[in-house]
Amino acid sequence: MLLINCPNCGPRPEIEFRCGGESHIERPGPHGEVTDEAWSDYLFYRSNPKAEHRERWVHAGGCRRWFNLVRDTVTHRITAVYPMGEAGPAEAAR
Amino acid sequence: MTVRYSALSLLREGLNGQRGWEPAWRDASPKARYDAVVIGGGGHGLATAYYLAKNHGLTNVALIERGWIGGGNTGRNTTIIRSNYFYPETAQFFEFALKLYEGLSRDLNYNIMFSQRGMWMLGHDRHGLEMLRRSANAMRLNGIDAELHDGDAVRAHIPGLNGTPRFPILGGLNQPRGGSARHDAVAWGYARAASALGVDIIQNCEVTDFLIEGGQVRGVETSLGTIRSETIGMAVAGHSGVLAAKAGVRLPISSYALQAFVSEPVKPCLDTVILSPATGTYLSQSDKGELVIGAGLDLYLSYAQRGNLPWMERAAAGVIELFPAFSRMRFLRQWAGIVDVVHDSTPIIGKTNLGGFYVNCGWGTGGFKAIPAGGWCLAHAMATGEPHSLASAFTLDRFRTGALIDEASASGIAH
Amino acid sequence: MSGSRTDGGTTLDRGRPVPFNWAGRRYHGYAGDTLASALLANGVSIIGRSFKYHRPRGLIAAGLDEPNGIVQLESGAVTVPNVKATQIELYDGLTANPVNAHPSVDFDVMAVNSLVKRFIPAAFYYKTFLWPNWKLFEPSIRKAAGLGRAPGEADPDTYEHRYAHVDVLVVGSGAAGLAAAEAAAAIPGNERVALVEADAEFGGGLLSSADQIEGMAAIEWRNAALTRLEALPNMLLLNRTMAFGFYDHGLVALCERLTDHLPPHERSGPRQRLWKVRCRRVILATGAFERPIPFAGNDLPGVMLASAAQTYAKRYGALPGKRAVICTNNDSAYAAAFALQDAGCEIAAIVDTRSTAGARAEEARTRGIAIMSTAAPLRARGRRRVNALEIVALNDAAKRRIRCDTVLTSDGWNPAVHLHSQSGGSLAYDDDLQAFLPDRAVQDAVSIGAAAGVLTMDAAVTGARSLARGETPVLPPAAAVGPTRHFADGDIAAQKAWVDFQNDVTVGDIQLAARENFRSVEHLKRYTTLGMASDQGKTSNVTGIQVLSDLLGKPPQAIGTTKFRPPFDPVTIGAFAGRAVGADLMPLAQTPAHDAQVALGAKIEPYGSWLRAAYLPRNGEREHEALAREVLAVRNSVGLFDASTLGKIEVKGPDAAEFLQRIYVNGVRNLKIGSCRYGLMLNEHGIVYDDGVFARLGEDHFLVGTTSGHAGAIADTLHEWLQCEWSDLKVMVENVTTGWAVMNVAGRHARDVFAEAGTDIDLSAEAFPHMTYRAGTVGGVPARVQRVSFTGELSYEIAVPWGYGAALWDALMRCGRRYGITPFGVESLMVMRVEKGFLHVGSDTDGTTYPQDVGFGAAIAKKTDDFVGRRSTMRPEGLREDRRQLVGLEITDGGGPLETGAHVLPGDAIEPRGTQGWVTSSINSPTLGRPLAMALVERGTQRLGEAVRVWDLDTWREAKIADPRFFDPAGKRIHG
Repeated sequence: MLLINCPNCGPRPEIEFRCGGESHIERPGPHGEVTDEAWSDYLFYRSNPKAEHRERWVHAGGCRRWFNLVRDTVTHRITAVYPMGEAGPAEAAR
Repeated sequence: MTVRYSALSLLREGLNGQRGWEPAWRDASPKARYDAVVIGGGGHGLATAYYLAKNHGLTNVALIERGWIGGGNTGRNTTIIRSNYFYPETAQFFEFALKLYEGLSRDLNYNIMFSQRGMWMLGHDRHGLEMLRRSANAMRLNGIDAELHDGDAVRAHIPGLNGTPRFPILGGLNQPRGGSARHDAVAWGYARAASALGVDIIQNCEVTDFLIEGGQVRGVETSLGTIRSETIGMAVAGHSGVLAAKAGVRLPISSYALQAFVSEPVKPCLDTVILSPATGTYLSQSDKGELVIGAGLDLYLSYAQRGNLPWMERAAAGVIELFPAFSRMRFLRQWAGIVDVVHDSTPIIGKTNLGGFYVNCGWGTGGFKAIPAGGWCLAHAMATGEPHSLASAFTLDRFRTGALIDEASASGIAH
Repeated sequence: MSGSRTDGGTTLDRGRPVPFNWAGRRYHGYAGDTLASALLANGVSIIGRSFKYHRPRGLIAAGLDEPNGIVQLESGAVTVPNVKATQIELYDGLTANPVNAHPSVDFDVMAVNSLVKRFIPAAFYYKTFLWPNWKLFEPSIRKAAGLGRAPGEADPDTYEHRYAHVDVLVVGSGAAGLAAAEAAAAIPGNERVALVEADAEFGGGLLSSADQIEGMAAIEWRNAALTRLEALPNMLLLNRTMAFGFYDHGLVALCERLTDHLPPHERSGPRQRLWKVRCRRVILATGAFERPIPFAGNDLPGVMLASAAQTYAKRYGALPGKRAVICTNNDSAYAAAFALQDAGCEIAAIVDTRSTAGARAEEARTRGIAIMSTAAPLRARGRRRVNALEIVALNDAAKRRIRCDTVLTSDGWNPAVHLHSQSGGSLAYDDDLQAFLPDRAVQDAVSIGAAAGVLTMDAAVTGARSLARGETPVLPPAAAVGPTRHFADGDIAAQKAWVDFQNDVTVGDIQLAARENFRSVEHLKRYTTLGMASDQGKTSNVTGIQVLSDLLGKPPQAIGTTKFRPPFDPVTIGAFAGRAVGADLMPLAQTPAHDAQVALGAKIEPYGSWLRAAYLPRNGEREHEALAREVLAVRNSVGLFDASTLGKIEVKGPDAAEFLQRIYVNGVRNLKIGSCRYGLMLNEHGIVYDDGVFARLGEDHFLVGTTSGHAGAIADTLHEWLQCEWSDLKVMVENVTTGWAVMNVAGRHARDVFAEAGTDIDLSAEAFPHMTYRAGTVGGVPARVQRVSFTGELSYEIAVPWGYGAALWDALMRCGRRYGITPFGVESLMVMRVEKGFLHVGSDTDGTTYPQDVGFGAAIAKKTDDFVGRRSTMRPEGLREDRRQLVGLEITDGGGPLETGAHVLPGDAIEPRGTQGWVTSSINSPTLGRPLAMALVERGTQRLGEAVRVWDLDTWREAKIADPRFFDPAGKRIHG
């Protein structure tokens, strides 16, 4: 059971949170100019990596604030937590 | 050629110190080139290889698996087989799979232990009952067996159900032809039959890259060298996104951990399969006597293939809510697979935008019951270049057009 | 010829004899016995039958690795199936029975399987049962499967959960664990240290050791260490507590047994406790499991693990037999030989596969014990108990036969690496120890003592202290174990050499698996079922890997192990559920008028997470009678409904209107202060997500209404948009659903009743028109009132702070008495709204319904702004002409109401094939005196008046598509 470091409340167990999926997904617009492909990308296509993943979580059972974190999808190790609206740590050199 | 299995063969080998048994499948070394390559040695991949040979006469086929065959979700699921789907496209597809399962043991000369002892979905309130009725009618109108029963009849059919539950059992929808099978046997049966038809099954062979030229796939680089082919099918479930990315193909899937649990084995105490939408718990009793219990998804990406405590607690509560007597039984083992979830819980089978590259994925929590049809249709697509009529709606394009087949919404439960 | 009681027993209390019952006979043991030790001491040899072949089996171990001693404990409601006799603490009057044997363990009819064993090897069932089909054979297979019996009655016990956060968790209280706990507690900063031990007694191997540690006898060293630990203020000691799961981020799950060791009538309080412990550091002192030697006949009762015999003798004062042969490849079995000799057992010989006997050879000779070097067991003889052992010299195959009634074997030790592996740690095969050792750890977890392959106590203690302090100790090299005699491929003797005792898997089966190409360790396991029994392979997995390694010529490291999964040892299902059972499982909420409605005889039902009145029958009315009465009362006079469950969300801020403009399908910005509007919300996929009335309380202040039970999710969604996408908007959102109780008074006398209750709000039709909002007081209490109507009648939804809800209900009932005010329930409300053709999201919509399907196409066309889900509704699928649309259905065959969930087929349909839609709501209308329905039908709005057929489970009905606004379509009554 993950231990997640909420930026406001400190380390809390996974069951107090909800995951909102990948971070930094841009909502396309204006709606009249968005193609079906671009809209489909936004709704359905995610990177789904077997590696570090930037994802957003909300502390639903606590402060109810959203934030971002970087978590490895194999080891579940969380290497960074950063506020919603920020870009987060630079990606590791490939 | 492998020895034909039968009671006589057991008799013969029993007297012969078991010395005459042959390998169930050939361990082949990869050739430089094949007419078709199937990536993924789970149920869907093995079935695809088999049907390429059996239905389409394509035997110069390689099935490559990075680990050992049947080692992924096929070896980890709760073994339930049913076709109680709502929309015509999915209902007909899963019903085809069920029909293939009905004849599969004889077809493969391998006892997959398909036990058709019914699959019950319970209704716990007015709205739940209405949804069950809607589903029952949809099933019947798609030519699939469905029976709707009231609460008393459900309890009469399933002794031991809770008499004074927090979630009253007001009724149930039974698919009598639903049930379960031995998951390993499905994989091994297909492998043996495919191998017997000439398919090369290559284990411990991991795809590291794709050879692409002129918008067409030309082969794969693997840990055992380069294998060329212009027809490549992929059936790797939770790893679909990772592998397709190597081919420059994007898929709308998310990979999550799906857990299951077994209890210690006891004498028969449950002879059907039950799903309770209220608690999200589904359970059955295997032929070995263990209660096999499924639960829901931990909704954050995971390739870890391991279980987690919260769902164990929720599944336990769900089991006890249905069968209070089972509280004193004990969980023996907990595990997880990696499931490839798409938004509408309906699979993706067929072409991609890369020439000669076909996918079979998007099974989410419901891949095992579909194995024969998934393999049949992927083989068809690979052999003919066109989708099988049963899978014509399962395209990638539906995510663009919005023509989703949302089974989860239709029935209100995870599929 | 069998076991007996002897002197000694470090944890036995001879002052307290304990009577118990086994297989219908009465025996006596002592406090401190396990059921296993007591049976052994009482000379019970055959304790069970193997799963497949029903061969007679005796105990081979003394702890949780025991594969044979599986029993049914007690009966009735407190029974537990499949408990290991070695884990049952003996209590007064304990009753236990063998499993899977009929009529008894001594004589089991299913032993016939053993006679045909050669025809039913591993995986035989895949090769047969093909004709006619599996259905014919399955019932017999299922009846033969399983060991114990599931309980038949509800569990009378309760279970609880507890949490702990510790700096260090030490698992296991042998020498290493005790030393580590003490060292960890001494480190400044370690404010909480916990030591957990699965056994009832702390001490592990110390309880049966004859060795000395730091100059003291093992048991005295243990007593002293424990005393010191008990005095430490920062130490939590938990016995009878099994650490069974090591999860992410230092979470270790424990199961503590609280009352299982007591007689049933003495038990009270929770039976077991699930601990969820978050640890900064975990020290695994989980010990090691001894490996049995596979040889022909090694499953005969009387053949057991050497350390187990030592434990029975030293800790429990129980001797397994009178004349023993000890077979080994390492030194530890010598201690077992000496312990048994001291307890009065004759030691016929020690058979050692090593050419030079180890450190203990001198003592053996002093004790007069013959040592046969470079020799191994070949075959155990006997029918229901071993009576002789054939041994073979490894170098020249010369055989000898030794008479004995007990054979102890030790093929080395397997560290208990389960928790280390579960935590993500890797393993490395050690060629000296011929075992898998913990290699790299992924979390802050370190293995010590035997769990790390350190098998001598002094070294274990020194190493434990170092590691607890964070140092890296220098450990003495492990003494290499001797060889194990292996079987040639196809050797007939391999078919009688048992590896997995519970699942009846032999060396021959492993050879068969390899022969058929099941050569990976996972295939081996699944094909043979080796390691899949209730002991999960603790005495068989590594042996199986070694046999396979030998067969394939592949080193064990390359073969690897199967995955180690929680729970380490089986854990009660009830313990996982804890208190979440019965009414405490997802508890339901009650409305303010709940008690008042119950007093009136209401039929209360769960609707989502709420308990609500479906209807309130009088004088034994059936449902349809109650509904008719309630509906007509509202239509003709006035009714009262508890609407508190409807969601209420406050949205406030300078950008509130702009925000809601982006959320709703409808326009929001232009709503006047004090006005209400009915709105539809979509999710980003364009699907109808919710509907409700929103009111503008001020320039910057809105009250958003949602369907019952949905407010929480919608408030979460609104927060998500504001925090993640539109963080520039200045808006605050709060779910106030349970802050306000809402009573809905509806009917032509609604205004009269409301006025009678006393309010400062001007209720005249001009001052308070339909779809407006007014604030003031009602009965002296602050109130928010909206004139909205789901019934289609003059209607007020009066909201007061939740605590006043019951009083408001009472007041309105009182004030309405002279108008015959009638309380009505959810089902009556549904009747009335269907009469009006009003949408009910969740009934008339599902996860595929777009707004244009329910009549909102025009509203979307009118609005130019983007809103959530808009773009999705414009995809090709959304533009299709043949979408299912919400319409009404008139029943034309003179029959009763349709079934909700019935499907709509074309008017000329004969075959029940295909579908054009389905009935979403169905009622019998008391107002109009006929049945009515609503349905989602393909192109429905273009087919008004068209005849259709409705099919429901083999029943055909006739209907006609109609406008769903059946009653008062102009809405005259609403505007009264």
